[in-house]
Amino acid sequence: MEKFKKLVSSVVPLPLQDVDTDQIIPARFLKATTREGFGDNLFRDWRYDSEGKPNPDFVLNQGGIQGEILVAGKNFGCGSSREHAAWAIYDYGFKVVVSSFFADIFKNNALNSGLLPVQVSDAFLAKIFFAIQGNPSAQLEIDLENELITLQTTGESESFEINAYKKYCLQQGYDDIDFLISKKLEIQEFENATAI
Amino acid sequence: MGRTLFDKIWDSHVIHTIEDGPQVVYIDRHFIHEVTSPQAFAGLKKRGIGVFNTSKTIATADHNVPTKDQHLPIKDALSKHQVDTLIKNCEEFGVELYGLGHPYQGIVHVIGPELGITQPGMTIVCGDSHTSPHGAFGNIAFGIGTSEVEQVLATQCVLQRKPKTMKIQVDGALRKGVVSKDIILYVISQISTSGGTGYFAEFCGSAIESLSMEARMTICNMSIEMGARGGMIAPDEITFDYIKGRQFAPQGSVWDEKLTFWKTLKTDEGAVFDKEYYFDAAAIEPMITYGTNPGMGIGISEKVPADSDTVNATLKKALNYMDLEGDRQLLGKKIDYVFIGSCTNSRIEDLRMVADLVKGKQKADHVNAMIIPGSKQVEKQAMDEGIDKVLAAAGFELRQPGCSACLGMNEDKVPTGMYCVSTSNRNFEGRQGPGARTMLASPLTAAAAALTGYVTDVREMMN
Repeated sequence: MEKFKKLVSSVVPLPLQDVDTDQIIPARFLKATTREGFGDNLFRDWRYDSEGKPNPDFVLNQGGIQGEILVAGKNFGCGSSREHAAWAIYDYGFKVVVSSFFADIFKNNALNSGLLPVQVSDAFLAKIFFAIQGNPSAQLEIDLENELITLQTTGESESFEINAYKKYCLQQGYDDIDFLISKKLEIQEFENATAI
Repeated sequence: MGRTLFDKIWDSHVIHTIEDGPQVVYIDRHFIHEVTSPQAFAGLKKRGIGVFNTSKTIATADHNVPTKDQHLPIKDALSKHQVDTLIKNCEEFGVELYGLGHPYQGIVHVIGPELGITQPGMTIVCGDSHTSPHGAFGNIAFGIGTSEVEQVLATQCVLQRKPKTMKIQVDGALRKGVVSKDIILYVISQISTSGGTGYFAEFCGSAIESLSMEARMTICNMSIEMGARGGMIAPDEITFDYIKGRQFAPQGSVWDEKLTFWKTLKTDEGAVFDKEYYFDAAAIEPMITYGTNPGMGIGISEKVPADSDTVNATLKKALNYMDLEGDRQLLGKKIDYVFIGSCTNSRIEDLRMVADLVKGKQKADHVNAMIIPGSKQVEKQAMDEGIDKVLAAAGFELRQPGCSACLGMNEDKVPTGMYCVSTSNRNFEGRQGPGARTMLASPLTAAAAALTGYVTDVREMMN
């Protein structure tokens, strides 16, 4: 996994609530057996029409709006547990997703894929959307070390939470399996003694 | 202070706790399928390691399989590749596979319980958000992502933060035409698709206790649709009777030992949950969804919410996608497809329920009615009971087991713009195929719609 430090970037706004993982990557594009390439079909059915032509109304097709931070409405990533959703967002080029609420499984999947989910208050989320409306190139700063998100246009900040272990993993590019493998002896003992 | 059933099972499976971090949780049973496992096996190969304990993982092929002519090779090249990759990985790593053609094949969450692999007190995971139905047996079952599938294959553990606990108590008697699917659609409509996020739910109360195991699985299945990590129901005599005698159920003296342990699995008197909800079963009528998430549900006689005086972009977008007007009933709305199947409602009891209603009747000419049994065993039992003939005589097509049109990944899809009354679990945009319009309902309400061709109040068809 790539190491995550500090990120300053313009943002892509998606001001919708309850964006489910079927929208992020529809099931018919889950047939690959590798992790790469899912970004091509990110938000496929919102991004393209039934003939495969780009939908000019969708934010990813509006040339002026770009960035490595996706900002979405409440309850982002609900529904299917497909980790492919996190892979698709990362593969497209996003490093951070900001929302006021994330679905549980998506949050885990994102962290396991090197994509940082940043949960902010409803009020701060509204400020971000408002800032982008006024200035599409408005930037956000994501400071993982200090757990701080800053709206560059106004200088307003909010702290976000991430547990110390996951923060360390992201900063070091270290993954859970490395950690679990280091516990193999304890696991074997537990299994021998108690497993059903 | 008493402890919840969730706390008891969870805590007894924790091997290690990372300070200000997740816990190492031991997993008793791991189910895998072709869609979310290939990258996990690839990860093991890259690290040069094997499966930690092959006896704890069971595989089947369900998402990509056709539901017709399963004896022939899969036509779609990518689907075939994914199923073939599962076969190859299971062979290479020594994992038991109930693949196409095997008498135990079926939807992963149908076969675990029916084979007796799913038992009380366990921790169970699968790379699939609908792992929750196993929880109906009084265990902790939840969906995981592919990186976590790799964790379980490599170490038989996952790193997880402990969810908070939630109690959902439903008391009273269900009214005519109301079944377990209606209970869970009602609960989700009340607490929303994010109301359970961060929690693990225990369903209890007299309405839940009166349900069969199949009906309990339907309820737990959709706990993910309210955002919960999973749902569980304390085991009782109904649970033990269901498990006894199944292929992988304990036998002889082991059965007696297990039974003694299983009988201890309940939430203590006075245990405190982080959140509690109480519902009255008598307040629930047959449910149907109008929108594009499972929380957008109403009683069959109610009106779709009005969108005119609201700035709710999500509701507006949903009604626009569904091409429905707010402030109107769904009753009488013409429909095109009926899908009865999925890990929510494809068990033998669901098929019996449908057969009882449609026996001696005919489906509407303009409706395409698909019924997909959850497994080879369900299919066989349906044939043994003559259900296949009843359905065929009524114009319904009983196909072969798989996830089918629940998720628009295999050949079975609902065409663009068409309305489908579906017993599955998700009505997201495009879930049953690009542009498909899904209305979630119980097998009874779905069967009633197939007979009339319109959204129908099934109670009017029942004596």
